[in-house]
Amino acid sequence: MLAFTNLSWRFLTVWRRNLVVYRKIWKVNFLVPLLEPAFYILAFGLGFQGLIEGLSYAGQPMAYTRFMAPALIAISIMYNSFFETTYASFVRMYYQKTFDGMMATPLSLEEIILAEIVWSATKATAAALIMAVVLGLFGFVAFPQGLLLLPLAFLGGLAFGSVGMFFTGFTPSIDMFNLPIFLFITPMFLFSGTFFPTAGLPVWAQHAAYAFPLYHLVELTRFCCLGLSETNPWASLAYLFCFALIFLVVGLMAMRRRLIK
Amino acid sequence: MNSKGANNTDRILRVDNLGKRFNGLVAVDSVSFTVRTGECFGLLGPNGAGKTSTIRMMYGFSPPTSGTVSILGLDISTQWRRIRARIGICQQDNTLDPDLTVFQNLLIFAGYFHIPRQLASERAEELLQFFALDKKREAKVGELSGGLARRLTLARALINDPELIILDEPTTGLDPQSRHLLWERLHALRARGKTFILTTHYMEEAAQLCDRLVIMDHGRILVEGTPASLIDEHVGHSIIEIASPEREELRQFLRGHQVDYDELADRFIIYSNGDLAIEQALREGFCSRQCTFRSATLEDVFLRLTGRELRE
Repeated sequence: MLAFTNLSWRFLTVWRRNLVVYRKIWKVNFLVPLLEPAFYILAFGLGFQGLIEGLSYAGQPMAYTRFMAPALIAISIMYNSFFETTYASFVRMYYQKTFDGMMATPLSLEEIILAEIVWSATKATAAALIMAVVLGLFGFVAFPQGLLLLPLAFLGGLAFGSVGMFFTGFTPSIDMFNLPIFLFITPMFLFSGTFFPTAGLPVWAQHAAYAFPLYHLVELTRFCCLGLSETNPWASLAYLFCFALIFLVVGLMAMRRRLIK
Repeated sequence: MNSKGANNTDRILRVDNLGKRFNGLVAVDSVSFTVRTGECFGLLGPNGAGKTSTIRMMYGFSPPTSGTVSILGLDISTQWRRIRARIGICQQDNTLDPDLTVFQNLLIFAGYFHIPRQLASERAEELLQFFALDKKREAKVGELSGGLARRLTLARALINDPELIILDEPTTGLDPQSRHLLWERLHALRARGKTFILTTHYMEEAAQLCDRLVIMDHGRILVEGTPASLIDEHVGHSIIEIASPEREELRQFLRGHQVDYDELADRFIIYSNGDLAIEQALREGFCSRQCTFRSATLEDVFLRLTGRELRE
């Protein structure tokens, strides 16, 4: 049973703890989102673009790198939040017993877990910000609507952070995270309109893609960067919002079941 | 400090018929006790006796299957937040935050209690001094030895200036120096009027620190009392240990004189209870080999009540 009365703004103290730890190695934390898009754009732009002709998205012809760049941001949002609430949260929960220590204070388990999820969304937002700046320098992000990427990254982070926490609530060991990554994250990474438009897929695969939260996040990052989208952005936004909300609740429930004995 | 006519208000903790089952397995079976303000109360028992389960229910980590816990007059099931704000818990596992320095561990932990920054900082400095940790201020927690880590855990448990402090095996695995330092600090805290609940596997420690204690086994409380009264009641004043004696003769002698004893593989433990005549007779008749005359200890009580066979 989930006790909503156990939720208060106190969760921000746990969020702050994660921020303090993050800031200790902020240079390393910033390096990945700083360099990753540059590597991808260089590799795909120099090595791949010449092979691809006649790409069009939402009825508009465009260069391959321009099509792919917004997806890099979406993927980074997914990875940053999902890995935070799976591997990183699991280490804090299981190996470091950080949550046990917190449970000796006026914090509830619900607040600790909510803080972990909100933190994962924060980390995803920081990564998205850095990537947007880098990709903006390449000319792939149109400002000012590109700024919408930030609240979007936070929402996407909540969605993937929550689903990650849901898996953490069940996984028997840290190695078992390979399973959701192989069955859930990797197919999404490949088939969510990230590296090629879903319009090129068979109809059934297109419909399958609509079920992926990453598909909608990619659609929305593209909308922020290019002003174009294949699906109605409001529908994608609604989908992500519902996905985040549902998995936030079941993620909290799974962790409560796991830890309160 | 403690008045004899104990009324309700000087009971800082009250545990009533507390029970806990895990998947049908009984971990704690209807345990009741109270702790007075200012006393040090011991919770002893072999591994798996239900001590840690009881403690986890006491601070609201684990919901009881039955029974109630009230601390400072508040019910743990509904007012756990207010209770936790006023108590300190030193858990059995090392739950220090390895991503933070020693000083940050105290500061961040204070944050969970919403202690204002300035006050938290002052208290953290004080506690580092008190536990002789000030030189390790900027050290990473992972670099601390067992003794230092335990001192930091205790310092952290005191950051909210708690009225009641729960210590789950605070000295397990420490070297004698660290253990003595910790005892000394606990005595100093007692002098400041703090109340303690302590679990330990060291009977010497329990006898020295605890005003009153219970011995638990199989989820139940076996006995309750002061260390001295428990020794007096269950094993008497004095004990004779006789190594590899003439078993049959000794047995007959002890039965004949109605003296309590335990028979072990290599020796007899005889509860002579200061009976000089018996002691004299044993010395003359059975002490051809190794024979030890000693005072009874809490450890004798513990082993007598909980048995000598291994638990795990």
